[in-house]
Amino acid sequence: MPLSMLMLWPALMQRINMQWLNYGLLVLTLPVLLYSGREFFTSAWNGFKHRAANMDTLIAVGTGAAFLYSLAATVAPDWFMRRGLMPEVYYDTTATIIALILLGKVLELRAKTQTSAAIKALMGLQAKTARVVRPGGQEVDVPIEQVQLGDLVVVRPGEKVATDGLIEEGHSAVDEAMLTGESLPVEKKTGDPVFGATLNKTGSFRFRVTKVGADTMLAQIVKLVEDAQGSRAPIQRLADKVSAIFVPTVVVIAILTFVLWFDLAPVEARLPLALVNFVAVLIIACPCALGLATPTAIMVSTGKGAEHGVLIRNAEALEKAYQVDTVLLDKTGTITRGEPAVTDFVPADGQPADQLLQVVAAVERQSEHPLAEAVVRYADAQQAPVISATGFQAIEGKGAKASVNGQAVLIGNARLLEEAGIMLPEAVRRQAEELLAQAKTVLYVAVNKQAVGLIGVADTVRETSAAAIKRLQAMGIEVVMMTGDNPQTAAQVAGQVGIKRFFAEVLPSGKAGKVKELQAEGRTVAMVGDGINDAPALAQADIGLAMGGGTDVAMEAAGITLMRSDLQGVVTAIDLSRQTIRTIKQNLFFAFIYNTLGIPIAAGLLYPFFGLLLSPMLAAGAMALSSVSVLTNSLRLRSFSPVKN
Amino acid sequence: MDIAEIIVTLTGVALAGFVIWYFFFSARQTASAVSSSSGVQEVDITVKGGYSPDVIEVERGKPVQLSFYRDEENSCSEELLMPDFSIRRDLPAFKTTLVELLPQQAGTFTFTCGMGMLRGSLVVK
Repeated sequence: MPLSMLMLWPALMQRINMQWLNYGLLVLTLPVLLYSGREFFTSAWNGFKHRAANMDTLIAVGTGAAFLYSLAATVAPDWFMRRGLMPEVYYDTTATIIALILLGKVLELRAKTQTSAAIKALMGLQAKTARVVRPGGQEVDVPIEQVQLGDLVVVRPGEKVATDGLIEEGHSAVDEAMLTGESLPVEKKTGDPVFGATLNKTGSFRFRVTKVGADTMLAQIVKLVEDAQGSRAPIQRLADKVSAIFVPTVVVIAILTFVLWFDLAPVEARLPLALVNFVAVLIIACPCALGLATPTAIMVSTGKGAEHGVLIRNAEALEKAYQVDTVLLDKTGTITRGEPAVTDFVPADGQPADQLLQVVAAVERQSEHPLAEAVVRYADAQQAPVISATGFQAIEGKGAKASVNGQAVLIGNARLLEEAGIMLPEAVRRQAEELLAQAKTVLYVAVNKQAVGLIGVADTVRETSAAAIKRLQAMGIEVVMMTGDNPQTAAQVAGQVGIKRFFAEVLPSGKAGKVKELQAEGRTVAMVGDGINDAPALAQADIGLAMGGGTDVAMEAAGITLMRSDLQGVVTAIDLSRQTIRTIKQNLFFAFIYNTLGIPIAAGLLYPFFGLLLSPMLAAGAMALSSVSVLTNSLRLRSFSPVKN
Repeated sequence: MDIAEIIVTLTGVALAGFVIWYFFFSARQTASAVSSSSGVQEVDITVKGGYSPDVIEVERGKPVQLSFYRDEENSCSEELLMPDFSIRRDLPAFKTTLVELLPQQAGTFTFTCGMGMLRGSLVVK
């Protein structure tokens, strides 16, 4: 600082003996150069020994040249004067460049740390201890590393779930937002899986450990995000090629700048002009901006994605998602829940609905059939009182029978009632036909040999599907549905969620073919699926998105995994990819423009036209700011939040 | 053109030629991996302003363990990228970081520092 101030105060400088002043400046500069700037020189030398050149090479050569010239002018001013040159010194240039570049490095380091904040936060979620139930029944807190497969772990309200497992006792609501991005707590009961790092809210439960360490969901997510952050986006190829030859090329340009200025400038000024422009070229060039342009945006974006339950496999997947113009949805499990749910509960005339539901649920509670589970879920949702059934018997392929309050109850398909000799009243038959026409599965209920009601069961559309599809369409993306259902059912579901184009009666083996068909139309297709038979289609698509409850095979084939079973994740993934690639393009544009304009200006290209030369100190300021600008732009992605309707 | 100009021009051109040759065309330090008793191909790499050795030859289909010892604090080398293997590692100063991978395809795969300035190659045969 005193150096720069002195140079800006010519009146003071005139009063001081020039030679003594130069020695004074030398003394002030030496610590800056040898202490603060030492790392540039050692790094440049180490790189030189390995035939590698980096940013430090440019700083070391630039400041080293300015310093050596100044040193010569200080020690041997007569030599310069004999040749008609003023023995000018550039100590302020040397010191200011080092100070500004160091400042830039500090700002860069601070910003860079923030790019990996999301992944660090994910890693920090891991619980430190677990309360394990010993065989004797006593509960002991043990470090998480000592928890083993098969251990029984207790989780009390407000505690973190220690690792992955299955609930054996108790029920609760668990906040899984940190893994899935789902803001509402998820209800958990006996038999449900729980995941390490999630937060238990209300109840207390015990779970059996099924996964520890690197196998847990959290560890897998961290690994996936880390892998993605190490990947290279195709968009960066040009920047990578330029980075590889950047520094030596700039050194060559600087040398040629020196030669040209020395040869073309007036004799009395040629040496200082050649030197100043040589230094300016070296200092303004910023390989860092190029190097930081893509990876920093990818770092922030993949971390941000994980925060919202969108796991991006690699940078290429992100880039592909950006190009998507068509989203193909496999209906079951994506638009719909992929599990049966009761849509219609129709008691026959004169039958009290609440009592009938109690009776039906009592029988179905004993069954393990998915349709029976749907009925039980429905009864629970209606808060039907639980009563018990006796003499339960499953009749394979037809239904079940049991006794409830002394009444013989039959629940099953039409054949079950037919074989029991039970006639369907005309009204019940008509209602059954209506439900069948809507592609619903019909369960018939008979009590004491009389048909008393119908239950319509179907795969239901998720509440969020229509809104998410609308949002995708608003983003300019055509949403196409495919399903194994007949065209009527397909048309009904498509209409319900606002999809105009669909493929019906698609066999599992034909899914990949439909993706190809869309690609043949020149579309960039994102395929969204969840099942094993979706894997070929996910792999065929330009980008595959596997849905949360999906299978490992599907996730393996997908470029993006959505932790939540919700189409909103597709919107988030595509929106995030668009914002990320836009940021990368801005960064690359800035980095290329900065260097392609900065270097010629520093070389003195404007001098013949406007008499303008770039001070090396200004060059240092611009250089320090350029990489910080790129980083700051990438960090803007931290404020990403998914668009919602 | 006076003598000084001729000298500066010739020196400048020679220096530029030297820079191009030295950084782009001169011979690199190559090392072949040594297979351990367990069949893992092991290579020790020192990171100090660059990678030495910076060309590493390994065989295809056999696991490889690269031990990177970062012998400096300079921030340029703090990150290691092997994009073809989706590997990104922080290399702590004055510590050895192990990187394990299984090369399935023959070819030359570049590894670089975070900004792509320091470069080395993994040659899979």
